[in-house]
Amino acid sequence: MMRLPRRAVLGALLAAPALAQQAPGRVVVVGGGFGGASCARALRAEGLAVTLVDPAATYVACPFSNLVVAGMRDMAGQAFALDPLARAGMTLVRQQAVGVEAGRVILADGAALPWDRLVLAPGIDLRFDALPGYDAAATEVMPHAWKAGPQTLLLRRQLEAMEDGGTVVMAVPANPYRCPPGPYERASLVAHYLTTRKPRSKLLVLDAKDQFSKQRLFEQAWAALYPAMLEHVPLSGGGKVVSVDARAGTVTTEFGTHRAQVANVIPPQRAGAIAVTAGVADRSGWCPIDPISFESRLVPRVHVIGDAAIGGAMPKSAFAANAQAKVCAAAVAALLRGEAPQEPRLINTCYSLVAPDYGISIAGVYRPANGLLADIEGAGGVSPLAAPPAFRAAEARYAADWFATITAEAWG
Amino acid sequence: MARVLLQVPATARKGEVIEIRVLIQHPMETGFRVGTVGEVLPRDIIRRFACTWDGEPVFSATLHPAIAANPYLAFTARAEATGTLAFTWSGDNGFAQTETRRVTVTG
Repeated sequence: MMRLPRRAVLGALLAAPALAQQAPGRVVVVGGGFGGASCARALRAEGLAVTLVDPAATYVACPFSNLVVAGMRDMAGQAFALDPLARAGMTLVRQQAVGVEAGRVILADGAALPWDRLVLAPGIDLRFDALPGYDAAATEVMPHAWKAGPQTLLLRRQLEAMEDGGTVVMAVPANPYRCPPGPYERASLVAHYLTTRKPRSKLLVLDAKDQFSKQRLFEQAWAALYPAMLEHVPLSGGGKVVSVDARAGTVTTEFGTHRAQVANVIPPQRAGAIAVTAGVADRSGWCPIDPISFESRLVPRVHVIGDAAIGGAMPKSAFAANAQAKVCAAAVAALLRGEAPQEPRLINTCYSLVAPDYGISIAGVYRPANGLLADIEGAGGVSPLAAPPAFRAAEARYAADWFATITAEAWG
Repeated sequence: MARVLLQVPATARKGEVIEIRVLIQHPMETGFRVGTVGEVLPRDIIRRFACTWDGEPVFSATLHPAIAANPYLAFTARAEATGTLAFTWSGDNGFAQTETRRVTVTG
């Protein structure tokens, strides 16, 4: 229903500036995810020469991948080819970016791509130095499934193979990390899967936080839908995981050790490796940015958007990456014209499913204030606590529509 | 009664240094915050924590308003003889709570 009008509008938007005279300035975008692909398109729409660097032919999206974990959705629905970006006028370079020098991106084959402005949208890397016992090898036994792809399917297979009556343990990190409500949506959908297929099982969610996104809505839904199945242990209840043992199948908190038939360990994260190489990540592992232009605080003329960036209240989400991509593209175009970028307003909306037909959402609006992105008080909100089932079902449909819309906008 | 989490080994060898972890669920209201109608929220914190081993002081701490809710403390003690560890928290509004754990010392 939404697809035809949207594509028509998008086509019109892209066609008009593309016919305009090529603006001066070469822009390289590293990363073909929600942020990078959206930014490349928006830069192209500004009439700039855009090169997008990503070694993958296909992007695998994280939003909705919790449904894949819970066996409610096919992995094919998460994959988006990057080819349409080339057809829309961007140059695609299917290589890993391995270095950044002044004015050049170094590629895996040694070639260098010159740029006047660089946009890095590298997403996240998982930290294998942060949680004792959790290294790259351990992910094959205790999947994180926090980058969509083989890990998503591994966790799904483990859940399918588990006997009824088993214990699933989830480890949830402290802030900041990709997709703040994501672990709680996953917990909900795994609980749904277990309730319908393996009702004698148990889901233990060990959390390094006391407060989390959409908390009251999640807790209300858990009490109604999965009262005996899902146990959430917050930080103040001893939920912080301090080590794991993949061989023994155990997860240890400050106050005890839990044996898991299936363990989903979401470790602490940092900006993708190229951000560190480029010198735009600080000691926190994330990239401080100017909230007006998304230009790095550390390296001039390099911009960082999406999950890798950090600058105040805006969460790490696909929606936020898309919003930042457009703001960043407009700022880059203005700066290349020698103009000052306009002060932006950014929106984030995030849907979570707690059951297939039960959606909840949170929205926020952000503006630059004191060098950071600040929440505009009263401009956002969350779903009401009291709402009939039809309202929750409608939000679940909005979630699906949102995913169709944003992925079509990014990858076409 | 506040909820308390304790991590204390049930057994230890004589002379072994054991790690003890304690957490108590408490709001630790600083006394510096204002409520919804502008009134100052009165201070409500834990002021003192003490651990004894058969009555002998092992560790103690004085807590202040800057300490976060649900204070978590980790410390060590040398196991000399089988006995009972007592953990006591006390503070504003007459708050007082004690928990005990038995540690068997071998060798």
